[in-house]
Amino acid sequence: MLEFNVQTLAFLLFSLFVLGGAAGVVTTRNLIHATLYLILSLFGVAGLFVLMSAPFLAVVQVVVYIGAIAILIVFAVMLTRSMTRLRDLYNHQWAASAVVAVLLFVLLAVGVILPVWGVNGAQTPTEVSDVVADTVELGKALVDRNQYVLPFELASLLLTAAMIGAIVVARDDE
Amino acid sequence: MADVCSINNLTRCLIEGGMNPGLANFISILLGVVATATLPLVTVIFLIWVERKIAARVQDRLGPNRVGPWGLLQSVADALKLLTKEDITPLGADKFIYNLAPIIAFASIVLLWAVVPFTPLHVGANLAIGALYFMAVGSIATIKVMVAGWSSNNKYALLGAFRTIAQLLSYEVPLVLALIVPVMIAGTMSLQELTFAQQGMWFVFMAPVAALIFFIANLAEVGRAPFDLLEAESEIIAGYNIEYSGFKFGMFMAAEFMHAFTICVLTAVIFLGGWSGPFVHELPVLGFVWLGLKTAVVYIFMLVLRATVPRVRIDQLMAFNWKFLVPISIVNLLVTAFLLYVVRALGLTPAPGQEYNFVANLPQTIVLFVGNLVVVGVVVTMIRNWARRQRLGEEARSLALVAVEDENPAAITLPAGH
Amino acid sequence: MVPLWAYLLVAAGLFCIGAYGVLSRRNAVAVLMGVELMLNAVNINLVAFWRYLSPLNMGGQAFVAFVFVVAAAEAAVGLAIIISVYRSRRSVIVEDVDIMKW
Repeated sequence: MLEFNVQTLAFLLFSLFVLGGAAGVVTTRNLIHATLYLILSLFGVAGLFVLMSAPFLAVVQVVVYIGAIAILIVFAVMLTRSMTRLRDLYNHQWAASAVVAVLLFVLLAVGVILPVWGVNGAQTPTEVSDVVADTVELGKALVDRNQYVLPFELASLLLTAAMIGAIVVARDDE
Repeated sequence: MADVCSINNLTRCLIEGGMNPGLANFISILLGVVATATLPLVTVIFLIWVERKIAARVQDRLGPNRVGPWGLLQSVADALKLLTKEDITPLGADKFIYNLAPIIAFASIVLLWAVVPFTPLHVGANLAIGALYFMAVGSIATIKVMVAGWSSNNKYALLGAFRTIAQLLSYEVPLVLALIVPVMIAGTMSLQELTFAQQGMWFVFMAPVAALIFFIANLAEVGRAPFDLLEAESEIIAGYNIEYSGFKFGMFMAAEFMHAFTICVLTAVIFLGGWSGPFVHELPVLGFVWLGLKTAVVYIFMLVLRATVPRVRIDQLMAFNWKFLVPISIVNLLVTAFLLYVVRALGLTPAPGQEYNFVANLPQTIVLFVGNLVVVGVVVTMIRNWARRQRLGEEARSLALVAVEDENPAAITLPAGH
Repeated sequence: MVPLWAYLLVAAGLFCIGAYGVLSRRNAVAVLMGVELMLNAVNINLVAFWRYLSPLNMGGQAFVAFVFVVAAAEAAVGLAIIISVYRSRRSVIVEDVDIMKW
């Protein structure tokens, strides 16, 4: 099982942030509190990225998700004041969706994750190499002709289109 | 020599004394964290005094000089005063996040000190992505504004928070674009490596436009003059922290001073060469001294700027960012990237053994500096043409007014927009 | 070293909580928050597989970068649409936007 060292402790702490924040998002009545729980969850994900030797992604997660998307969501909550205390939190199919969510988790865990990558799984990595490509390699991969430069350019095009679209859609009709 | 167990070899002594190695490591790291985090907290007390004295001297008055010699204990008196004030929580405020905002404000600034390289040997955490970490912490600082503005249950605080967030988010764009330039020149994002790369030549000579944009964008990020509309003391409503009283307000103020000092330290590290100076490799502790001197220069420049320049209005501020700073920073980035490519193709970069040599760095510096001068020249010319067009437009309007007045004195109507 | 299946379980849990949020909440902004949770679960999965199975091939991290981009674009456009709907219909309850229903 998990051996008891600082890494495991950090993993448990960040997982607690992730899952506890997510649970808070879907159960709280106050939308501003839900956004703060979302920020907690995103922060936990950034911590998990650091544990998995991807520090660049962790920092980008904080800058993009917490620094931009979460604030965008807060603005949207404040601008669409459907009262921060909602009358009915869930719609009429909440029980079915809860069942579906639990079943999906059980299916994923028991049917896919544990058999294939679990303790005695089929493709469990026997040894995890400590040699990790660093951020320079990511930078090279994103502009390399034979790697990911095309999706990179398309992503920037997507962002431009999204920016123009968001401005046009949300603009006040004069 | 007997092996005395002191703070130098604390970890080894603890392990030899039977403690779990992980725990011993953790304790020594914890001591380092406490030392690094205490530095800004202690410095900010002194900084408030420096600020008030310099602002006072610029305004031809004396500043605090009653409490303690030269008024040095004024900050202590202020802190005591804030501690003894009544702690009022507005009715209907969201208590948990109302109390959380000052904590986030304080914590997010102290986080930045983990990556500052003090000497060639001392750095809190030599992150490979140090420069980007600075951006991330800046992003966290916007959350405190939002939380404080919302939880105060006050419309004016909320409006102030909206404007503050708009300003902070907008000025992150030129900040990142200006930060990329030294990262490009040095080839690394780690702040310690950036400082090592500046041994030959400080980046402020290789990229002066980027340094200026970085400093201005940082001023706007902190909310310092001339961008201090956010917490303008002369306004009636002080912005997002209006509903805070007592020590919570003190924490906001202290966090703001600490943020201002921290960006001065980071400007010194990234553009002014950090701890590099004479004899720093023989006696690494001198790194503290050189870093302190450079930070002091930048900080005093910021204080004098605060005391001299008038405040910018919020729409002027946003127009300045999106119509002036962002295009210039993009153009500067493109020009620097192109020139770096040219420099490397021409072979003007210092040879692998010569990176710390001043003379070997000169060709690259001169090329980049001339490129920056060209950018500045083009920008200044464009501004002058624009200003001349504005002036001619004004004169034509006033001449038209005079002509109308000569012909028909009763038909004077002020032109629209005058 | 934390085993791979622990990260995968966390990601699966986050995905399912996000799915529950999307399927059962009435407020459109809350639905969007559920979508963000699901995208984060995907990201955790991608980085876990990258780290444990092929740490030298940067495809995993590049994919995560693209998921960041897509999530940001989708959040911006989605929230713009929600604000626009709020302006014309004065409501952000998902079930109230039903004029195209039969």
